[in-house]
Amino acid sequence: MIREVESIIIQTICRILIPFIQLFGLYVIAHGHGSPGGGFQGGCILAASFVLIVVAFGLQEAKRRFSEKLVNLFSSIGVFIYAWTGWMALLLGANFLDYGRLSKILPADPVHARYYGVFAVEVGVGITVMAIMVSLFIDLVTGGEHEEAPE
Amino acid sequence: MIEYIIAKYNYWAYIVLMMIGFYAMIGKGNLIKKLLGMNVFQWAIILFYVSTSVKKGGATIPIIQNGHGPVTHAVDVAQYLNPLPHVLMLTAIVVGVSTTGVALSLAIMIYRKYKTLEEDEILQSEEYEALKPEE
Amino acid sequence: MKLLALIASMITGALLIYATTDFPDWGDPQSPASLHVSPRYIQKTMEETAIPNMVTAILADYRGYDTLFEETVILTAGISAILLIRRSRK
Repeated sequence: MIREVESIIIQTICRILIPFIQLFGLYVIAHGHGSPGGGFQGGCILAASFVLIVVAFGLQEAKRRFSEKLVNLFSSIGVFIYAWTGWMALLLGANFLDYGRLSKILPADPVHARYYGVFAVEVGVGITVMAIMVSLFIDLVTGGEHEEAPE
Repeated sequence: MIEYIIAKYNYWAYIVLMMIGFYAMIGKGNLIKKLLGMNVFQWAIILFYVSTSVKKGGATIPIIQNGHGPVTHAVDVAQYLNPLPHVLMLTAIVVGVSTTGVALSLAIMIYRKYKTLEEDEILQSEEYEALKPEE
Repeated sequence: MKLLALIASMITGALLIYATTDFPDWGDPQSPASLHVSPRYIQKTMEETAIPNMVTAILADYRGYDTLFEETVILTAGISAILLIRRSRK
């Protein structure tokens, strides 16, 4: 069990920094089309903010904010968003993952429909990578023994 | 001679890094050190591929300049780097991270059963002898 | 044992350095890696998809099938770590 760091300097600074790290992670995901970035990179930065919560405030505090059920749900939702975007193109009559066909339901021409398709796909990838990185970190650091008996 | 060294020294540097990882994988006895050697080996291969995408003569990063809004001028191929190795190595990095995660989980399981992480002690312990099939 | 490992890695390193005499020069614009399908990606990215970043366009649009299964690899690694390690304390 990871206990919190007994220092008020670290706790105060982490309390200020963590929302800005999360905002930067969302910025990297959303600006993947115009500057270096994308889904994988932004997902890892988002996961780093949760690791900072575990290090500074202890495992119980992190579990109150991001419970295990939510981690498992997020990891599957990301893959589902990706596959659903490809499946929508299949339903509309084109090949699988052919985003140009999404222009029938989105108000854009086929060139810009590929732009929106790539954006939706990157959001899905970012969610999955964030959830799995947090889950791997907590598993490996506590050695698996972090299930508490219900009180 | 100097031109020959300048033309090829990136390949030699990554081969040296690869051999350091290779020696750690087969020469060390601790399981965690072997895993670290495998990680160094993987990163040497990834850096090797990324280094083949460079173009001399002032090529810039593969993001089209003045690209927001309609593009009216033709795109010059010699002005941008080759983007294909970067794309393939993104997948390779993520696969490397996943493999390291699962390998460390297996190391934790081995430690729970044998109470040690040295290769020699595991091969001579009693639980390992009990696993061999009966003659 | 360690001496044998050292000799093996040195011989392998020497063989690989000998093989680099056939490689293209570093930074050659006419190397085979930059000639066949890569110029098509560089020229057609802006007019087929309106994305300036070529790496994201290739990763998520031209080669999106690989990225879907790579995401499945990440999910499988997370699930296998959960199944291998977790045990409840009694």
